[in-house]
Amino acid sequence: MKAARDWSVRHAKGLHKLYEVLAWTLHLFDPVLRRIGYERLDKPFARVEGLIKGFLFDSQSCGQCTLGSTGMACPMNCPKTLRNGPCGGVRQNGGCEIKPEMTCVWVKAWEGSQQMGEAESGLQVIQLPVDTRLKGHSSWLEALKARRETSA
Amino acid sequence: MSFADEPAAGENLPILPGHYSPGRFERVLRAGQFAVTAEIAPPDSADPAEVYARARDFNGFVDAINATDGSGANCHMSSMGICALLTRMGYSMILQMSCRDRNRISMQGDVLGAAAMGVANILCLSGDGVQSGDHPEAKPVFDMDSISALAMVRHMRDNSAFLSGRKLSSPPQLFMGGASNPFAPPLDFRPQRLAKKVAAGAQFVQTQYCFDIDRLKLFMAKTRDMGLHEKVFILPGVGPMASAKSADWIRKNVAGVHIPDSVIKRLAGAKDQKQEGVDLCIDLMQQIQEIEGVSGIHLMAYRQEHRIGEIVTKSNVLGTRVPWSPQDSQ
Repeated sequence: MKAARDWSVRHAKGLHKLYEVLAWTLHLFDPVLRRIGYERLDKPFARVEGLIKGFLFDSQSCGQCTLGSTGMACPMNCPKTLRNGPCGGVRQNGGCEIKPEMTCVWVKAWEGSQQMGEAESGLQVIQLPVDTRLKGHSSWLEALKARRETSA
Repeated sequence: MSFADEPAAGENLPILPGHYSPGRFERVLRAGQFAVTAEIAPPDSADPAEVYARARDFNGFVDAINATDGSGANCHMSSMGICALLTRMGYSMILQMSCRDRNRISMQGDVLGAAAMGVANILCLSGDGVQSGDHPEAKPVFDMDSISALAMVRHMRDNSAFLSGRKLSSPPQLFMGGASNPFAPPLDFRPQRLAKKVAAGAQFVQTQYCFDIDRLKLFMAKTRDMGLHEKVFILPGVGPMASAKSADWIRKNVAGVHIPDSVIKRLAGAKDQKQEGVDLCIDLMQQIQEIEGVSGIHLMAYRQEHRIGEIVTKSNVLGTRVPWSPQDSQ
């Protein structure tokens, strides 16, 4: 939904903060989640995550969320699924090369990241190609796992 | 021009200390010389003679030839095929590799194959959308994007391994490049995107057609502020327009090409529009050469490749230097 997606980019800074708080809260529940088992939790988590992020960002549920580094604009809405920045085909009015009626995802991402501030925006982080096996899985749980592995 | 250690046609130059590739193009740039590259139009044919004939237009005028990879999402002979033919003759080739038509398995295989054939330069691109070409019903792949592709090639070259981690017995020795479009929105993001490409491994960058010198100057000023001109060789793109009408068509229909009204007016007001297009291209080259931080020119003379010699000579951007041609290797 375009209206919600535009709203999210305009409120990128607040949403990014909210995201961080959410991640931190989830992190506190990690021992409980682990006892239940990540695998068992993946489906319900993915469903909730898909609903929320689908509404706010038109998330495509790639399972490796980059919203925090792309100005809260989901790069998987780019028809070329570019995760590292805009292609050279962006129209002079900011329209997408492939879908002229849509504003380029990266024009939006740039707006959002300007809100978040240069350092925090994470736009310079080189995003690895997606792992297609993770599509439809919960990226929140994935991030939590990664967080534990790096702190361990 | 030939180097003192010039090998027989089809064999690679020794890699100098501090260099990454066995190619002529990297040598010219690292020696601080102003370079010229040009795009070769791949034929719709399986006849190698057509490729050789097209390459002859470039003899003695360019330092490297870009073999385009289904540009505009139109089917032509592959960039790998063009490179296979022309590296045998000793030409310095830039393999264009787009992410539109192949996944990471295929791309990594092509990187090894190209390097084995003597390709010393690679240009990683995202690629035009399939909707703009002659097979709009095709499945777009985009398993990678231009920046993750650059990071992948660098990983193969510097860590001698596939993305999976599996080791290579001999890594590809490549001079790596990317594309940049300083003329498309979001304009403020463009220098940062270049920085990201450099961080991912780009050592040279060729830009989209430049018809707006002011915009290029702004881009270059930001680039210099970020110190990027010292980390990457920048070759702005130019090319002759055949007429005011075709320039207008291009700006309306070719993704990412920005042509100001003043350019259309200049062409429309000329008696011989085709010649005016060539003269405009020469003017632009001379103005671009003056900009601090520019290392060369990238020529895209679509359907006017036979005029490359005239353009390079008249522009005088190379001074007295004459680039390689096949007889230099004999």
